Amino acid sequence: MALLQISEPGQAPDPHQRRIAVGIDLGTTHSLVAALRHGHNECLPDAQGRVLLPSVVRYLPAAAQGASSGSGRQIGWEALQAQTQDPANTISSVKRLMGRTRADLAASGVLGRLPYTVVDGVGMAALRTVAGDKSPVEVSAEILAALRQRAEDSFDADLYGAVITVPAYFDDAQRQATKDAAQLAGLKVLRLLNEPTAAALAYGLDQAAEGLYLVFDLGGGTFDVSLLRLSRGVFEVLATGGDSALGGDDYDRALADALLARSGLACHASELPLAERATLLAEARRVKEALSGLDDAAQTLPLAATLQGRALQWQISRADFDAATAALNAQTLAAVRRVLRDARVAAAEVQGVVLVGGATRMPALRQAVAGFFGRPPLTNLNPDEVVALGAALQAQQLSGHPATGDDWLLLDVTPLSLGLETMGGLVERIVPRNTPLPAALAQDFTTYQDGQTALALHVLQGERDLVPDCRSLARFELRGIPPMVAGAARIRVTFHLDADGLLSVSAREQGSGVEAHIEVKPSYGLSDEQIAAMLQEGNASAEQDMRARALREAQVEAERMAAATRSALAADGELLRPEERAAIEALLQAQAQARLQEDAAALDAATEALAEGCEEFAARRMNRSIATALAGQNINSF
Amino acid sequence: MIRAIDLRANDFALFGLPPGFALDRTELEQRWKQLQRQAHPDRHATQGAAAQRVALQWSVRINEGYQRLKDPLKRGAYWCEQQGQSVGAHDNTAMPTEFLLQQMQWREALAEAAGTAELLPLQAELDAERAQRLAALEAAIDSQRDARAAAQQVRALLFIERFEQQLHDRLDRF
Repeated sequence: MALLQISEPGQAPDPHQRRIAVGIDLGTTHSLVAALRHGHNECLPDAQGRVLLPSVVRYLPAAAQGASSGSGRQIGWEALQAQTQDPANTISSVKRLMGRTRADLAASGVLGRLPYTVVDGVGMAALRTVAGDKSPVEVSAEILAALRQRAEDSFDADLYGAVITVPAYFDDAQRQATKDAAQLAGLKVLRLLNEPTAAALAYGLDQAAEGLYLVFDLGGGTFDVSLLRLSRGVFEVLATGGDSALGGDDYDRALADALLARSGLACHASELPLAERATLLAEARRVKEALSGLDDAAQTLPLAATLQGRALQWQISRADFDAATAALNAQTLAAVRRVLRDARVAAAEVQGVVLVGGATRMPALRQAVAGFFGRPPLTNLNPDEVVALGAALQAQQLSGHPATGDDWLLLDVTPLSLGLETMGGLVERIVPRNTPLPAALAQDFTTYQDGQTALALHVLQGERDLVPDCRSLARFELRGIPPMVAGAARIRVTFHLDADGLLSVSAREQGSGVEAHIEVKPSYGLSDEQIAAMLQEGNASAEQDMRARALREAQVEAERMAAATRSALAADGELLRPEERAAIEALLQAQAQARLQEDAAALDAATEALAEGCEEFAARRMNRSIATALAGQNINSF
Repeated sequence: MIRAIDLRANDFALFGLPPGFALDRTELEQRWKQLQRQAHPDRHATQGAAAQRVALQWSVRINEGYQRLKDPLKRGAYWCEQQGQSVGAHDNTAMPTEFLLQQMQWREALAEAAGTAELLPLQAELDAERAQRLAALEAAIDSQRDARAAAQQVRALLFIERFEQQLHDRLDRF
């Protein structure tokens, strides 16, 4: 019988055992972190046993901060409690501001609904607080850092990385902003995962579901619909749609507006002073949630507020609430219809509708969904937790620790079309929405004038035909085209989308080989320098922290690459000639030497050299595995 | 026997299908998933940078082939191109007058329609025309192996597809 092994205190027997990966649902109203713990995939609670963290950050005046700078803030429940007394410094629903300029917010009407002051910031809108102007990225980073801390406390270990969920309908700017916030919070992002896809993953693996499923995800501030086909461990997203500016918050506002109208106040909630607006919206939310919980639909609930010097009181029934919000329900169903049409699927073919997000608790919405599909929606998973749980499952797969067997695969799509501006202010679509990821799509363009030596490219995202109706992601130029007559040049522009759905664009003149390449990092995103500056402001020890982190990450990556190379050599060494094998072994040796030094940059370089040296080997192994898969198929099908 | 295959293989070879038009959609989907099970970067997440890069290239290539084979028009156009016959999707001049006249009639009907009900017959007409032309495309490729005739059908079908998009945009606005 084998003896039990005991390791030295503080040292795990297997470094892989300590590689903690989590799933984070960064929500408009609440955020959660989930991980595999004690053999279960679960949401991690705080010290008081609460799994939800309100996505609220309150900034305190400098005087309250004492000597230490940058720590004057409250995050979560404490901040939420302060919201009605200190609305101007208490930032909620910051997700609606990610990757958006103040002008964007004014145009979409979001601006008037926020109970705090929004100003123009660097690249995107900023929030004017007593502690200075804060970027939505910084505010989100505070929330992410709180969850990271919670996870590290739960495991008493550093995190290896996180899968962070985003609304499927988030565009490139919103995704980049989320990734920036994670970086600022010191999190390695394993993947940005679409929220409805995460929910489908958690639901599908939990219930062993097969067939067509629609995920209806109405969160605090965003609405997503995704249609998936689940078959034998493959989660295939067929189509996705929604509205990145529609959520539970809008139901609160609709109720508030209806009450103002009922009392003859000729104004909208958005026109009230900050403090009155915050109070009324908070009360509207409370009544909305309480109405959803009532068994007796005829019962009414009181709501009181003092507005413009008048003490007002209302009695609200579910019928009142439903009448005030019916148009919003109709708006969600319009998005459902479009998704079904994109996938060429009839409502009756959908086997189950999974409800996600706290706002789907509203009875009238459930009835509307049930009426549309002719079947009651599925509600057997907690709608607040299901997204974080799905993200944690993928985090485990991507960190090499699958919890539910590793034999599943997620095939997601890009939610929004991507294209280029052409003559006349029109958008030429290059990547249609619902294209499976990862993807590379190319289109050829030519010059407009004789002797033209440069080409200006304008990258856009959206479904409309005209440039001003789409979101501008980036502009770049291809220079050095040899002078030719108009129309003679052939310029191939290629859009690459990685598994996160993030875009990079390259352009190449086919005859001369002139190349231009750009990673689309939208102008309202943050530069690496800005992130570094924010890190320093926030924490004096950040730089040291970052250096230690960089070394640890380099070591983890080095070990991973070395282990993968050794196991590949053992499994498929015969694909290499003796001298090729010797070259790889020399690179392994050199990397092992580099691992002895505490120099992150040198170690990364040695790992990269090993990776490059292995590329041909990796290609041969993949060619063989594809050929084997095809041969297996042919045997099965004959 | 295992055939050697690499990233340069054509779509039909990559999916282990005979080059042609008729295709079993379910079989194509199954092969796509089977190939992605081998190639998708998530399946190589812990195998280091070299394997990740190769996986990404393959995964992109498989999705590219899948998107092309899945869509009857793209599949038809791809077959033609493999035979050295360009479809010239933007070239209107080669179309028969009869077809152009029909296009004009459709456009007028679309412009004059005042409601959803009036567009339904037009939709039905489009569906019938498309079904007929897809059958002709299949015959041109699978029976006659006639790339020129096939390219002509693909061009007509592209017009129909674009027109149908306009029809749907119009329906959305009612």
